[in-house]
Amino acid sequence: MAGDTLSRRRPRLAAGGLLPILAILGVLLVLIAIRQPGFLQPASLMSFLGRSAPIILLAAGQFFVIVSGEFDLSVGSLVTAQVVIAARLIDGEPGRTWPVVALVLVSAAFVGLVNGLITTWLRVPSFITTLGMLLILVGAVYLWSDGSPKGALSEQFRRFGRRAVEDVPVLGRVPYALLVVLALAMLAMALMRSDFGHTLIAVGDNPRAAELSGVRVGRTRTIAFVLSGAAAGVAAILLGGYSGVSFQAGSGLEFSAITAVVLGGVALGGGRGSVAGAMLGALTLELLFALMNFSGVPGAVRPAVQGAIILLAVAVSARRSPSR
Amino acid sequence: MSALSLLASRRPVPGVYVALVLTVVIGWLVVTLRGGTLFNQATIVSLLHVAAGLGLVAVGQTLVILGGSLDLSVAYVVSLSTLVAAETMTGDDAALLPGVLLALAAGAGVGLLNGLLIARARVNAFIATLGVGLLLKGYLDSNYDGPAGATSPGLVRTLGYQRAGPVPISFLLLLLVAAAVWLTLSRTRFGHHLVAVGGDPEVARLSGVRTGRVLVAAHVLCSLCAALAGVYLAARLGSGAPRVGTEGLYDLESIAAVVIGGTALAGGRGGVAGTVGGVLLLASVDAIFNQLQLDAFAKQVFRGVIIIAAVAVYARRAARKGRS
Repeated sequence: MAGDTLSRRRPRLAAGGLLPILAILGVLLVLIAIRQPGFLQPASLMSFLGRSAPIILLAAGQFFVIVSGEFDLSVGSLVTAQVVIAARLIDGEPGRTWPVVALVLVSAAFVGLVNGLITTWLRVPSFITTLGMLLILVGAVYLWSDGSPKGALSEQFRRFGRRAVEDVPVLGRVPYALLVVLALAMLAMALMRSDFGHTLIAVGDNPRAAELSGVRVGRTRTIAFVLSGAAAGVAAILLGGYSGVSFQAGSGLEFSAITAVVLGGVALGGGRGSVAGAMLGALTLELLFALMNFSGVPGAVRPAVQGAIILLAVAVSARRSPSR
Repeated sequence: MSALSLLASRRPVPGVYVALVLTVVIGWLVVTLRGGTLFNQATIVSLLHVAAGLGLVAVGQTLVILGGSLDLSVAYVVSLSTLVAAETMTGDDAALLPGVLLALAAGAGVGLLNGLLIARARVNAFIATLGVGLLLKGYLDSNYDGPAGATSPGLVRTLGYQRAGPVPISFLLLLLVAAAVWLTLSRTRFGHHLVAVGGDPEVARLSGVRTGRVLVAAHVLCSLCAALAGVYLAARLGSGAPRVGTEGLYDLESIAAVVIGGTALAGGRGGVAGTVGGVLLLASVDAIFNQLQLDAFAKQVFRGVIIIAAVAVYARRAARKGRS
């Protein structure tokens, strides 16, 4: 009964949940417009959105896992692993581009599947599962490449991350990465409106109740991990294209993604929030970094400012929802 | 409630010690078959040194995890306290005590901040301690490029290198701290309250426990332990090291040790004896791999697998117990 009223109330909660993040986003945009009016020109705005694509995708992937009541700490290392592996497999050969793109997507989803199965079948807390996976991926990729990245990505592979549709009216250059994000964002939002989306939120809200009403909790959560892995695969392709091959390609991205998700009004522990909020959270975080850049904040102070703002944002939202 | 928690803390030897013995026996066999020696003075001493550093952090981590919280800022507290200690001492034995006390005070301050954010501002523990960690990272990155200050020679000689037979003083310090924490958990009101808060905060609050105060105290104690580990590392290294905490992965490893030791990540169940076992297990694995001259990266892969496997075994047993 209680579950019933909750599920009827949820759509309104989710819609209301977007207001704070939109407000923060608006404030940041105004601040940037004052500081750096040129930033809002279509050209620089488009390239900013393209740059932000990987973290937006990771935030969306992380959203699925978090809203189902789990964590995925392995996505950053998964991105690194995929970029390094892709570079070594392609080794500059244009002909190998498509097979490797397919391999990246499939293997990333497979890592998600393993995370999901270990978490749901073996009942290992996802914090530990994905932390172990992080260690395994980083260790394995270093081991495989003897300590320094080898090979190179082909130009065909890199174009997803660095090329754009040229000469679009008004907007100018529209990066491929932005188109990819837009398409996947629509897909993600459609998914959350489908039966699977409702099931996912029910599982995160109250796994016991969901199980009793016939939901296969383990399977639902495993699918969430697969989605997170696949998102990391796409992010790796875009990021590898944009910034090239290095062992630092994805380092720290898991925390950025979790921060973005929380900033977007998604409750850690599951059951509350929207995927649009999570992606807007990622955009806000990137905008914040851009603003700090324009304001000449030294790179070393960045983490401190980021930390302070995260704390503030979450403390404010905790005050606003006293019931949980 | 208190009778239950008393029972819990008097459970027989946690399973982690069985795993520890198995690991050491198997490791000894493999190392011996390969013509090496696992048990000589040098390897045991270095094993116990590794265990002392990680153990001090993990014992503190046990307290907050028992209370249903978590501390991701410990790695930065470790780094910070090495610097506070070494820069206060500036190589002078007369400043030994002020240096140690200031380092501990800095740690306690961070713990207080963590605790207040979590208990008063009601920020999720994961985000709160991540945010505070980022604040500290920003401070450390923008003020230090490399080692700074000098630890007093007296402290280096004693806490850093002195030992009784093969047992370093630092390991005795770990045992002392662990025993004190064990007594606190099993004999004092604070200990019982902490376990109650971790088990079910709402029930604890309704039965008159001041849950906020208990959590703040647990966080102060946790950060004090991390600061003590920092003082030990300063004694070991002879100076303050701005990145020693993060490079040692003290945040994630300490949580892994706690969970391997049988404490539930969700709180309310477990204890410090298991944590010491978990720390010894991780340190033994490290020693065995060193003797096998395993590649550092392969070591990391194995460590990831071991952490997941150990917790999976626990989860299975817990599930079986729950069913019967």
